[in-house]
Amino acid sequence: MRNRYATVGLGALLAFATALPAAAEPVDDELVIDGQTMTVRTAAPEGHPFDELLSGWLFREAETRELEADSFQNPGMLYVDRGADIWNTVDGTMGKSCASCHDDAADTMKGVGANYPKWDADAKRPINIELQIDKCRVENMGAEAYKFDAPDQKALTTYIKHQSLGTPVAVDLSQGDLQSWWDRGKEMYYTRTGQLNFACASCHEANSGQYIRADHLSQGQANGFPTYRLKQANMVSLHNRFRGCIRDTRAEFPKAFSDELMALEVYVTWRGTGLSVETPAVRQ
Amino acid sequence: MTINRRQALGLTAGAIAFAAAGLPGRPAWASPEETQKRIAEFTGGKTPETGRLTLTAPEIAENGNTVPVSIEVESAMEGDDVVEQVMILAEGNPNPDVAVFNFSEASGVAAATTRMRLAKTQNVIAVAKMKDGSTFIDQKEVKVTIGGCGG
Amino acid sequence: MATPKPRVKLPKTASAGEIITIKTLISHQMESGQRKDKNGDPIPRQIINKFSCEFNGTPVFSCDIDPAISANPYFEFNAKVAESGTFKFTWVDDDGSVYEHEASIEVK
Repeated sequence: MRNRYATVGLGALLAFATALPAAAEPVDDELVIDGQTMTVRTAAPEGHPFDELLSGWLFREAETRELEADSFQNPGMLYVDRGADIWNTVDGTMGKSCASCHDDAADTMKGVGANYPKWDADAKRPINIELQIDKCRVENMGAEAYKFDAPDQKALTTYIKHQSLGTPVAVDLSQGDLQSWWDRGKEMYYTRTGQLNFACASCHEANSGQYIRADHLSQGQANGFPTYRLKQANMVSLHNRFRGCIRDTRAEFPKAFSDELMALEVYVTWRGTGLSVETPAVRQ
Repeated sequence: MTINRRQALGLTAGAIAFAAAGLPGRPAWASPEETQKRIAEFTGGKTPETGRLTLTAPEIAENGNTVPVSIEVESAMEGDDVVEQVMILAEGNPNPDVAVFNFSEASGVAAATTRMRLAKTQNVIAVAKMKDGSTFIDQKEVKVTIGGCGG
Repeated sequence: MATPKPRVKLPKTASAGEIITIKTLISHQMESGQRKDKNGDPIPRQIINKFSCEFNGTPVFSCDIDPAISANPYFEFNAKVAESGTFKFTWVDDDGSVYEHEASIEVK
């Protein structure tokens, strides 16, 4: 499978890559946040194309790595703070906040984000943290669902997932019909698309560790999302990043939370099984 | 009036040059000259010395939007040996000004760190002004990479 | 945009005359005035143009800020503390808003 995506069509890309310094190996470094060591390298689960899974943190320059390691300097922590405020703020017709039911997120949300996406038996499709928040808002708070990538949605998602900092990613594919969504996500991952005719695997599997122009290609892991991106100087959600990647292949991108991107989230999250949740990670 | 081929080419070239000069919406980029002017204004025309001021910035910035930059000046920060101001300039940005740090004896040491935007690969310059009027300078070239994945 | 929220980090205690490190971070877009919107119209500049820190009323450190400072501005600097007291941090926005934060330190 890997070879199929390694060669054809990437000639031009590799020409760029070889023209650049060959220091393509991810660094051998340890990520410690507030005394807690993150798992940034781990053995891949059975059936995974890689032997070893690597956090995107290992592919970044020293200054970017240091920024994530310092929980004060990390600008993503501003959004964690904002998320904490939202958690405690009453919204909707039922006069409730997140905290009204879930108390202190430090206790009740600890480790929870590491196990998403989950199976939503009501909707009969996968549910991620953003959709879980919306479900709670609509059903239990009498509030409206957030618009995709609304600042409050990003901040609250970041806050909830941050409660799992250091917890290994573990998606339970035995829930409901999640396995078939995983299959569909895998199909998408390897399907070439767009005018550039790239699959996810073209960059993040066949050429992971290489440079695409000046970008050091990671394994495309989801464990740090929502992630603070230096380019946007803002939090970037996983579905925003999916859409950005797909757009970069010059393809039409699916809607956020569409069946396509939910399937991709299930599969891509599974590809990072065992890596620590790093939210809010810092990337270039 | 007839126009021969050579005249026609000349006219075209002229028109292109005119169009290029008048291209709307292009920011007026700072230049090393403008940066030197800022330094001269800051030092009162003095040529700053090298030595006591250290500017630290990455050799390669992964993204020009967020580039860490630190300065430190050797100084007792008491009596006459006090750093009053340190100016940071970026000579390849639309405007060379980045920041001016104002210190006092209560600062203890003349050191500061911030994060800045760099539009492209360029020199970042720091100039320090002491209470006794002496001035110091340091500079670093920061390479700003252009990634393929705009996202 | 939500009201910018500062984050400040400094030690709770120090010995007399000790030089401490202070780190500050505040959420702010720092709109440079160089960008254009979807219609090609310039987006007006709106930045935090001044940051200052004083201790018991005495200036410790300040910064005059231009649009080249990154979004969510970060400043790290030092202070020499001789006595217990309160640090006051102030950020001034182009629109006239002032964001403030206070933190006290005990000198033992």
